[in-house]
Amino acid sequence: MSAVVRFFPAGDRALLVELGDGIDPETNRRVRALLQLLDRIPVAGVRDVIPSYRSLLVDYDPAVVDRGELEARLRERLGRLDQASLPPPRMVEIPTLYGGDMGPDLEFVARHHGLTPEEVVKLHAGGEYLVYLVGFSPGFPFLGGLPRELATPRLDNPRLRVPAGSVAIGGEQTGVYPFPTAGGWRLIGRTPLQLFDPGRSEPFLLAPGDLVRFVPISREEFHRLQQDAVSKGLGSGD
Amino acid sequence: MGKVRIISAGGLSTVQDLGRYGYQRFGLSPAGAVDDFSLRVGNLLLGNDPGAAALEMTGLGPTAEFLEDTLFALTGGDLGPSLDGVDLPLWEVLFATRGSVLSFAGLRRGLRGYLSVAGGFDVPEVLGSRSTDLTAGLGGWEGRALRSGDTLTTFPAVRPSGIVGRRLHPSRLPHFASPYTLRVVLGPQQAFFTAEAVETFLLSSYEVTPQLDRVGIKFKGPTLAHAGSTDLISEGNPLGALQVPKGGLPILLLASRHTVGGYPKVAVVTGSDLYQAGQMKPGDIVTFQAVTLQEAHQLWRSYIASFGKLRAILG
Repeated sequence: MSAVVRFFPAGDRALLVELGDGIDPETNRRVRALLQLLDRIPVAGVRDVIPSYRSLLVDYDPAVVDRGELEARLRERLGRLDQASLPPPRMVEIPTLYGGDMGPDLEFVARHHGLTPEEVVKLHAGGEYLVYLVGFSPGFPFLGGLPRELATPRLDNPRLRVPAGSVAIGGEQTGVYPFPTAGGWRLIGRTPLQLFDPGRSEPFLLAPGDLVRFVPISREEFHRLQQDAVSKGLGSGD
Repeated sequence: MGKVRIISAGGLSTVQDLGRYGYQRFGLSPAGAVDDFSLRVGNLLLGNDPGAAALEMTGLGPTAEFLEDTLFALTGGDLGPSLDGVDLPLWEVLFATRGSVLSFAGLRRGLRGYLSVAGGFDVPEVLGSRSTDLTAGLGGWEGRALRSGDTLTTFPAVRPSGIVGRRLHPSRLPHFASPYTLRVVLGPQQAFFTAEAVETFLLSSYEVTPQLDRVGIKFKGPTLAHAGSTDLISEGNPLGALQVPKGGLPILLLASRHTVGGYPKVAVVTGSDLYQAGQMKPGDIVTFQAVTLQEAHQLWRSYIASFGKLRAILG
């Protein structure tokens, strides 16, 4: 069964293709299937594609491909979504040092839900999360699958600087900050992994469709992994 | 091959080309020149590829020394350029002898000036582009804005001589003056707004606020009422989108925008007109004029064809 696909012009150089109405793994899978078909057999004039929860934004040059032609090419691929062969999802483990100075809001999250910090870690690390999309800022994963009992309101006053690698909860979402930025999510831990490093052969750690698991680590492991990243020239280890 | 040494940085100066495409799915913004018209023309005058890397200078230009004889051009906004104290024209191929110093007196018109050099600036291509991405800290000159002491090198000139004085015909010069009119295609979330709000948007004047950078421009003016919820499931942000958060005031998304966002977009500025937004400064007035998608496509084709014609004329 497939929902009705809707096309909306997003200006004269982008076409928004909506494949469903809500946030669910099946709609997102169809988004990725269409993306794969576009990657495999590119349409001339398509310059970039942004997959998100339930839609693709197709960025095109109307001097190369006209809107009717583009829509026809997209409809062809939409008719063959079943032929996309999405690889089995990669499971990416994110080693995380929970609590303390690395996760200053862990205590708050625990108190908020009447849990102990250990129970919060167990629940958070026990979850399996789907990367619905990567975006907003470079390498930032939007993860689905946060256990309901961990949903926590954001800070009233966002921090001016959230350290890179911070693992956080914002409302019903959880994620990892790739860069030091301002942010209003509750920080419960930190990973020594770099989500984005332009010097790596694969600059981005996560891609849409990946599955993520957070693995609790000790402070010693954190520092060892951070050292590894630095000695391999994989990054600054910030 | 030339060398340009920055003596003092001025305002924000970054190396930009026509942008980095193919990585928006990972959250990398395309970046690139905010005023792509001026970038293309500067390059074409010099015989470069239209997308060669140039220096985008904001408001207050840098002071820079040419360490070699260099052909260059200044396009875009008028930042008050002079070479060794002699005023310089915009939109014209100029020659700097070794040791001469380029400086800028202050902003006279527009906001962003472009310094193109024959051959283009030689910075490494990162993920397919030489544009500086300030958020990710990559591309351009060491992933950052230029500072005093930085020395940019240039690729060898494609047309090494005989082009000094080549200029854009005055009839082709953009005006870069308030009030601006930007043509738009309504949508993709026109349905999130009341009919009155769409009418207000098209009939009112909006003022550019100081909240302005390479990411976007926030406007003030009549607020736009949402018909219902303002919550949109996050989706890709097109270049030139006018998103309207809860407060009802539109924000225009530019080259270094976030790749996805959850605010409804009432309209998107046409590709043919967007470059003008790169020259808007606080206090400037803008009106938005709706065109059909077909009209916008015609405008875009003419816009792109005009660069081809310019290239042919310049030979």
